[in-house]
Amino acid sequence: MNAQIAAILTMDGVATGAIYVLMALGFVLIFSVTRIVFVPFGDIAAFTALTLAALESRQFPGTVGLVAVLAVAATAMELFAILRARSFARIPRALFFYLVLPLLPAGVMGFVSGATLNAPLRIIVTVALILPIAPLLDRIVFRPIADASVLLLLIVSVALHFALSGMGLIFFGPEGVRTQSLTDFSVTAAGVPISGESILIVVAAAIFCLLLFLFFEFTIQGKALQATAMNRTGARLMGIRPAHAGTVAFLLGSAMAAISGVLIAPVNTIFYDSGFIIGLKAFVGAIIGGLVSFPLTAAGSLFVGVLESFAAFESSPFKEVTVFSLLIPVLLWRSYTLLQPEEDGEE
Amino acid sequence: MSRLQTRMATAVAVTALAAAPAFLGVFSITLLNYIGIYALVALGLVLMTGIGGMVSFGQASFVGIAAYATAWTSALMGYSPWLGLLLALVMTGLVAAVIGAVTLRLGGHFLSLSTIAWGLAIYFSFGNIDGLGNYNGIASIPPISIGSHSLADSADIYYLIWGALIAAMLGTHNLLNSRVGRAIRALRGGNALVESLGINAFQVRLVTFVAAALMAAVAGWLYAHMTRFISPTPFDVHVSIDYLMMALVGGSSHLLGAVVGAALVTLMKNYIQDLLPLLAPNTSGRLEIVVFSVLFILFLQRARDGIVPYVARWLPPPRQEFPGKAEPLPRRRQPAKGTPLLKVDAAVRRFGGLVAVNEVSFELRAGEILGLIGPNGAGKSTMFNLITGALRPSGGKIVFAGRDITRAAPRHIARAGIARTFQHVKLRPRMSLLDNVLLGLYPRTSAGYVASALRLDRAEERRARHEAIKQLERVGLGARPFELAGNLPLGNQRILEIARALAADPILLLLDEPAAGLRRREKLALAELLRSLRAEGLTILLVEHDMDFVMNLVDRIVVMDFGCKIGEGAPQTVRNDPRVQEAYLGGVA
Repeated sequence: MNAQIAAILTMDGVATGAIYVLMALGFVLIFSVTRIVFVPFGDIAAFTALTLAALESRQFPGTVGLVAVLAVAATAMELFAILRARSFARIPRALFFYLVLPLLPAGVMGFVSGATLNAPLRIIVTVALILPIAPLLDRIVFRPIADASVLLLLIVSVALHFALSGMGLIFFGPEGVRTQSLTDFSVTAAGVPISGESILIVVAAAIFCLLLFLFFEFTIQGKALQATAMNRTGARLMGIRPAHAGTVAFLLGSAMAAISGVLIAPVNTIFYDSGFIIGLKAFVGAIIGGLVSFPLTAAGSLFVGVLESFAAFESSPFKEVTVFSLLIPVLLWRSYTLLQPEEDGEE
Repeated sequence: MSRLQTRMATAVAVTALAAAPAFLGVFSITLLNYIGIYALVALGLVLMTGIGGMVSFGQASFVGIAAYATAWTSALMGYSPWLGLLLALVMTGLVAAVIGAVTLRLGGHFLSLSTIAWGLAIYFSFGNIDGLGNYNGIASIPPISIGSHSLADSADIYYLIWGALIAAMLGTHNLLNSRVGRAIRALRGGNALVESLGINAFQVRLVTFVAAALMAAVAGWLYAHMTRFISPTPFDVHVSIDYLMMALVGGSSHLLGAVVGAALVTLMKNYIQDLLPLLAPNTSGRLEIVVFSVLFILFLQRARDGIVPYVARWLPPPRQEFPGKAEPLPRRRQPAKGTPLLKVDAAVRRFGGLVAVNEVSFELRAGEILGLIGPNGAGKSTMFNLITGALRPSGGKIVFAGRDITRAAPRHIARAGIARTFQHVKLRPRMSLLDNVLLGLYPRTSAGYVASALRLDRAEERRARHEAIKQLERVGLGARPFELAGNLPLGNQRILEIARALAADPILLLLDEPAAGLRRREKLALAELLRSLRAEGLTILLVEHDMDFVMNLVDRIVVMDFGCKIGEGAPQTVRNDPRVQEAYLGGVA
């Protein structure tokens, strides 16, 4: 390996790492607010890529079916809860938020799927279609067990991933997709070609990280999320509803997943089940950040991307093994630096 | 259920299992074989997840390591499958020990997440190592043979599988009702208590984790020689989820849950595989995983405890045997009365900018009761935590019985003879009073894991139970030793903590607000108990807010306020000290 190859690998790695950064931040965001390790995060990113590809080839995306199934299930659960509580006045609101709003983009899709859309429009429609998925899953799967232990939530989360990837197969089929490049611009710096795609990924990731930071630091909604993450009871006493904060976190997470899906679609071939592995790699980054620190998470994810890129060059079949084995020294380091909160009380 | 009934039920079950091949067809026996193998893996998960509180998403990869180890030994190298078993156990045990050593210090979900990662890493390794047949797997694995008898038939290996399962269940059952088993059961709910009892929580976790992996290894060995062909697929992460599902559906707090869960999930899978194509013809197996995951999620939402605990609720409770007489355990020699025992020298503890304990010095002499008092926030509990090692001092020195314990770990301090109770009661609410007290006896007994699983610990166990019941009786809780600790009112839970501390046969007893939540009469009884302990030579340091209680009991008092020591002396002297009065009552008018 010479310096030029190393530079190319690093560039590649940074681009992949930037996508992991987005996903890892989504993990940390959802975990800190809701205590849920949202394993299906990667699946949502993969579904985004598949939706985008379907729109490109002017097919009807399976996402519509998926969102419809989820929206109907969530609405049914919400209505059931409302009927049991006999607070009928909440019915219109529930119908609007759980049925109409999530299905709105899907309805639009019914009109546009045959038409040729330009790239930005495709992306906007795709993201709008994907956005409701995580909040709906939250309502259906996690809300009923919001009081459960982190471990139980994690088990449910992993089971949910398998349910989703099964649904992915039904709604999207087994074929892998790769979307058109977002740009064919490219520059050469110091003899190293840098693709516009990579630059776009890094810039987009940076912008969304910045937006997330601004949201958290300068909006009341962001402060409410922070408060919930730090102390749920305290936040509740201040009039912040943890369930609502959870929905916002999932919505943001959905957005981050959608964006990372859009960014990864042109550079990787994505199958219905690719999300899991991608998500797990991002997760390694999140663990480097101890599931709490945003800056460390970002650094960790970039590192994972670069490591993966070099590992793929050295020994392609073992690149996954290398990345996941990295977790072991990381965890070892973490086990001596992270303060373990006492988990009291038996479940 | 009486012991006779339990034995009869077991005998009927074993007979039915033994007779099964005579009545059932090959298909049913094969199904039973799978159930037995899965149950063995699920049993490990019940031990580590349901009882020890560690969730593993990687159990299938342990099964895989063992299966590949034995396939390599027997199919590729041509040695006996029994040598394969040896290699399988050694390899799995080693991998589990290494993985455990790095991950088990971490909190619950970190551990679990890392199990996904290493589960995947191991799975990918199987498919990519050339010598192991890549993704094509290894075929023509020879059957196990005992002597000259080959266990190629499913009805033959059936006995080996179920024999192994029953042996594992018996061993686990014995283990759980032993000294180390109680430590495993105490793991859930945090390290602070476990370590304060002189138990090395990390080591207990590690052994539990490796034990679960070894059960998976035996299952993997049986699997390889039963199916005679292996590929990476059955060792993937989603299979690990199936194992977890078995343990949870069956009831992960109960050993039988493993078998019930394995049977139910296997049969249901079988049924759904037959049914789904009829309901949805064009999905060709795609729906299966969705239906299964959704069922699992619904199950976790609605009935987290699983089937066995649900059924067990309707059965008569197991009858417990009251501990009988036994030779008492050896006791520590208490130091001579009046000799210096504990010396706290200018101890400091800072939390960020806050100085919770500021250069506090005092001395404790053997055989006295010292009261540590002060208004709320004075730093008394922090002082306690410094002495017991729960917190490290930022400065100063603490010497106990001539030994510097300033930076010692809580379990070493506990073993040196300091026993404590907690301000916020730390008990294991789902363990009985007796078991909670027996936890305190851990450092005084020595039975290990293997001895306990084989029931070689009974003599020592009898002595320990006798000692535990003696301590329960002493504090006045001897009437119902099999009651769950969580059912006691808070005041009595504090008393139970004292019994547990006494069971450790300490030299120094640290009591953090022992009288809180007690009624007047109970307080008088407690004071009486502490006086009698002092008469036996025990040294006691107590934090208490009830001034009547303190003034009538203790020999000397140390007063703290805002992290500093402001007074020391006999109760009467301290009561008249103007600085103490100011701290408690505000400025003296």
